[in-house]
Amino acid sequence: MGFLAAIPWDQVVIQTVNGIVTGMILALIASGLTLIFGIMDVVNFAHGELFMLGAYMGVVVFATSGNFWLALVLAVMMVAILGAAIQITTLRPLVGRDPLTTILATFGLSLILQNYALWQFGPVPRKIGEPISGHFNLFYLEYPYYRILIAVLSAGIIGAFWLFLKYGKYGIWIRATTQDRVMAQAMGIPVPLVHTAAFAIGAGMAAASGVLFGPLVGVNHVMGLDWVLKAFIVVVVGGMGNLGGAIGAAIFISLLEAYASLVVSPAQAVIVSFVVLIFTLLFRPTGLFVPTPK
Amino acid sequence: MSAPAAASLVSVEDLHTFYGKSHILHGVTLHVGKGEVVGLLGRNGVGKSTTLKSIMGLVQPTKGAVTLESQPIAGLPPHKLARMGIGYVPEDRRIFKLLTVMENLRTGLDRAGVTEARKKELLDKVFAYFPVLGERRDQAGGTLSGGEQQMLAIARAMMLEPKIILLDEPTEGLMPRMVSQIREIIGVLHKEGVAILLVEQNVPMTLEASQRVYIMEKGAIRHHAASKELNVNDPVIQEYLGV
Repeated sequence: MGFLAAIPWDQVVIQTVNGIVTGMILALIASGLTLIFGIMDVVNFAHGELFMLGAYMGVVVFATSGNFWLALVLAVMMVAILGAAIQITTLRPLVGRDPLTTILATFGLSLILQNYALWQFGPVPRKIGEPISGHFNLFYLEYPYYRILIAVLSAGIIGAFWLFLKYGKYGIWIRATTQDRVMAQAMGIPVPLVHTAAFAIGAGMAAASGVLFGPLVGVNHVMGLDWVLKAFIVVVVGGMGNLGGAIGAAIFISLLEAYASLVVSPAQAVIVSFVVLIFTLLFRPTGLFVPTPK
Repeated sequence: MSAPAAASLVSVEDLHTFYGKSHILHGVTLHVGKGEVVGLLGRNGVGKSTTLKSIMGLVQPTKGAVTLESQPIAGLPPHKLARMGIGYVPEDRRIFKLLTVMENLRTGLDRAGVTEARKKELLDKVFAYFPVLGERRDQAGGTLSGGEQQMLAIARAMMLEPKIILLDEPTEGLMPRMVSQIREIIGVLHKEGVAILLVEQNVPMTLEASQRVYIMEKGAIRHHAASKELNVNDPVIQEYLGV
């Protein structure tokens, strides 16, 4: 029983809350990434930059209007439109070609978008103001309400997206296209349009997470890199193209990292996600949450 | 012997299709009249499925013409052809395995211009023909048996209210009871005025269900006859289909 007493329960609770908050942002990014991969087999290396651009759009709208909610909505819409334009001009011509071409194309896009942001906004981090500023007491910490709001909003967006996929007419089109592109076409589903829409939705979700995350740290042109790397890990661990798996893996890995930082320094805790990735690839290469194929 | 042009629904003229460098179709010509059931017979690998895929726009023919109600359709994307009235039931059924039976049907039903009342009518109709689909409407398509999946594939194509259904080996691998059920539904569709281009290995069933048959060999039509003029032991059948 002495072992139980040695556990710092207050810190465990704090890290659980932290892990869930980060996990929900990560889940929001990874949902879009896994949607795009699932439906068109495109590994979108520019996803982190869509997240970053969303945050910058948020900065711009927030600076002019002072309204966080307006910033969130406009950033999502603008990045979704940009995503649609990117899909039509860059990815649509590559359909049916070697998957390597789409990797190169999205990687190139990521460099372009990153440097565009650096050129437009400069290297100094920008801030988005929090929409609510209160704190509550969590043991010895003053925990900001805004972090809880992030988790709730992310969960809300993911939930709405799930409902849309499950019951919406276009949600069924997206799922049918994901499963069998050829048969979807033969059933009258305009597959090229569905691809564009799915990319726009994925981009919009990345932008939403960028705006939500913006107030926590400064917005800068390389902020997407860390997140996209982690989102890739989450997508692989959850099973490529599996939405529920990606969400589960995002929370699972974020919690593990949060707990790990109780024992080692937070910089070292990052290793946890790679360890999970390696074990997943070794023992369950189709993903942690995918039943082993029969 | 070919159908009068005025009544022709789908016409295929001198169709050539390649897969990479292999020349699969060497000038296929066939016609399907409005509401007509036409059989397309031939051994494995003679290009029957490729003919259907070429009509559906799933593979692009390099030469030749396809028309639907005298309108040229070669080169149009499959989703447009589906909306113009061509239903496709592929050989391997290709139902959406993770979608429920109902969602599978909705892929064809959720079109612009279909009223809720019309949707209900169409659903009631297929559930009357295939009661098992009604019972399993909330079950994932992948959990259905082979015969049930075949019914779902046909029912799904019916949701498009097609003028013609391209039916690729619907009885393959099914038990006799299911085969007669498929035979029945072909009869029902025929009575409703839906044309069918039926690719089959099952010669007796095809001769019984169709008005005319084409026989293919090596990527071209070799013989064409009214179904009632042929019987299973006909020398023509023996030559092109006998083992």
